[in-house]
Amino acid sequence: MAMNTPRQTSHLKREILVRLIKAYLSDNFEENTRLIPYAMRPKGSEVPYRCCIHKERAILRDRTVAGLGMSIEEADDSVLLSTLAHKATDRDKPESNPLTVLTSACKGCVPSRIYVTDLCQGCVARPCVNTCKFGAISIQNGKSVIDADKCKSCGMCVQVCPYQAITKIIVPCENACPVEAIQKDEEGYAKIDFEKCISCGKCVAACPFGAVHEKSQIIDVLKNIKAGKKVIAMLAPAIMGQLPCSAKQLKNAIMKLGFFDVYEVAQGADITTKTEAAEFEERLENGAEFMTTSCCAGYNELVDKHIPEMKPFRSDTKTPLYYTSEIVKREHPDAITVFFSPCNAKRKEAMKNPNVDFVLNYEEVGAWFVALGIQVAECAESEFKAQASAEARNYAVTGGVAKAVQKLLPEHLPTYPVVINGLDKQSIRDLKKYAKNGVCDIGNLIEVMACPGGCLGGNGTVNAYKPALKQLTKYVNESEPLEVNG
Amino acid sequence: MDKKVSVKVCLGTTCFVMGSANLQELIELVPKKYGDRVDVSGVPCLGLCSIDWEFSKAPYVKVDDEVVKEATVEKVLAKIEEKLK
Repeated sequence: MAMNTPRQTSHLKREILVRLIKAYLSDNFEENTRLIPYAMRPKGSEVPYRCCIHKERAILRDRTVAGLGMSIEEADDSVLLSTLAHKATDRDKPESNPLTVLTSACKGCVPSRIYVTDLCQGCVARPCVNTCKFGAISIQNGKSVIDADKCKSCGMCVQVCPYQAITKIIVPCENACPVEAIQKDEEGYAKIDFEKCISCGKCVAACPFGAVHEKSQIIDVLKNIKAGKKVIAMLAPAIMGQLPCSAKQLKNAIMKLGFFDVYEVAQGADITTKTEAAEFEERLENGAEFMTTSCCAGYNELVDKHIPEMKPFRSDTKTPLYYTSEIVKREHPDAITVFFSPCNAKRKEAMKNPNVDFVLNYEEVGAWFVALGIQVAECAESEFKAQASAEARNYAVTGGVAKAVQKLLPEHLPTYPVVINGLDKQSIRDLKKYAKNGVCDIGNLIEVMACPGGCLGGNGTVNAYKPALKQLTKYVNESEPLEVNG
Repeated sequence: MDKKVSVKVCLGTTCFVMGSANLQELIELVPKKYGDRVDVSGVPCLGLCSIDWEFSKAPYVKVDDEVVKEATVEKVLAKIEEKLK
C-alpha cells in the first residue's frame, strides 16, 4: 500500500468532523451534535458497512465522541451526545492520551498466527515439516497442520512452501505498531497500553475498520475563537504540501477561520538547525561516535519509553515547534497557540509544552475549510511576517533535517548522515544496537523519522505522498537557502 | 470512429479534503492506460459540494456529463470503461 493513502475510513472520520464543526457554529451545538448519526444514516437509508442501521448509528455516535475529544472507552453508551457535547465545551485542557479505540467498530480480527490454507497439496517433499524448528507441523489426512501450542510464528514454513500455501494472518493494528502497544484483549478487541504507546499513529492508519481514533481538539480551538481570544496558528512545514493552494493563500484561508495570526514552524526549524549543528560539532570533538536528531515526537517518545540507553546519544536541541511556540508566546503573551500537525505524536509533545495549547491535524483543518465552504485556491495571498530558509521548510521530507544540519557543519568534520526512514520493528532493533554498542556502523548523524517519507507521510495528512512532495518541493525551491555562517 | 472520453477530477477544497487528493494518481494513470482516447485533468471546484449537505458525497469526478459521487480510482476507471464500450 502506498504511504498515507486516504480511504473510506478517513472519509467517515472527516465527514463527522465537518458535521461537528457545522454543529458548533450553528445555534444549537448540543442538539445538532446528537443528531449527527441520524443525519448520516436517516431512516430508510442504505446500510453500507454493518449489519443494520442501528449498529451503523451506534458506531457513528462513538466516532463523534472521539471528534469531541473524548475517550470512547470511558464514555458510557447511555449518555447522549448532546450531554457529551456540552461537557466538551467545559474543559480547559485536552484529555491526556491522544488515542482512543472504538470497540464497537473493532472487528476483533482473528488472532495473528500462521495458517495452512486449502492450497496445501500434501506434497512429498514436505519442506514445511522439515524446516520447522519447533516440531509444530505434522501431516494429517494428507495435509499440513500446525500445532498452535508449539508454533512460534517464525514464518519459516511460509517461506519454504513451494505452493505458497501457508500464510501469516496478521492483525493490522498489532502488525503496524512498532512497540507492541496495541493488542487484542481477552474478548478479542484491540486495546492500547498507554505505558508503551509512543503515539505514532500507525494503528490509526492501519485499521481497515477505522477503529482507532485521535481525540480531536477542534471543539477547544473553536471555543477559544468564539470567545474572542487571540488564537495563533503555527504551521508545521508539512502543511505546505497538503492543500491545493500556495503557502500565502493558505495563510489567508486560515485567517478566515478566525485566527489572529499565522506562523511557520519552519521559523523555529532554522533555530533547531543552528543549535543542532553546533551541538553535533561539540559532541564529535568530545569523542562521541554519533548523535541522533530530536525533532520527531514519535522517536522522542520511543527513546523515553523503550530505549533509555539512547538518551546520551539523542540531541538535546529542542524541536522546531518548541522554538516557534516560544517566539509566539514572547511576542504575544496572551495568545492561545494551535499547532497544525501532520501526525498524532505531536499531540503528546504539545501536552508537555506549556507554550503549545492545542493541536489540530490536517484532516481537522481540512474539515474546517469544508464546513465553512472556504475555497483555498480562490483565497488572496497573505504574507508571513517572518521568513524561513529552504532547508527549514524541507524538514517535512525524510532526510531534510540531517541535510540542513550538515550544511552548517565545517568541512573538516567527518560527517556521515544516516536516515531512519520510518520506525518499525527492524529499525528499532537497529537503534537499540547502536545505543547499546555506543557506535553506529553506518554513519554518525542519524536522522530518525517515525513515519516513512518523513512528516509528509504522517497519519494526519490529507494529500497523497507524491503530489504532496511535489508541491512542498516547489515551495522549498522558491525559498532562500540557509546562510552558512549566517 | 473512436469515442473520446473526458474526465474532470474536482480539486476544489471540499473534494480534495474528502478524498480527491488520492484521485490525482488518475491524472498519471489514465493516459498510460488509455492513451489519447481519454482526456483527464484536475479542475477547480465543480460547485457540486455547495448544495445542502452534498459535501458528504465528495469527492466528485465528471466523466463526460455524468457525475461520479464519492469517487474512487476504481469507480472512475469503471465509468471510463462503460463509456468506451
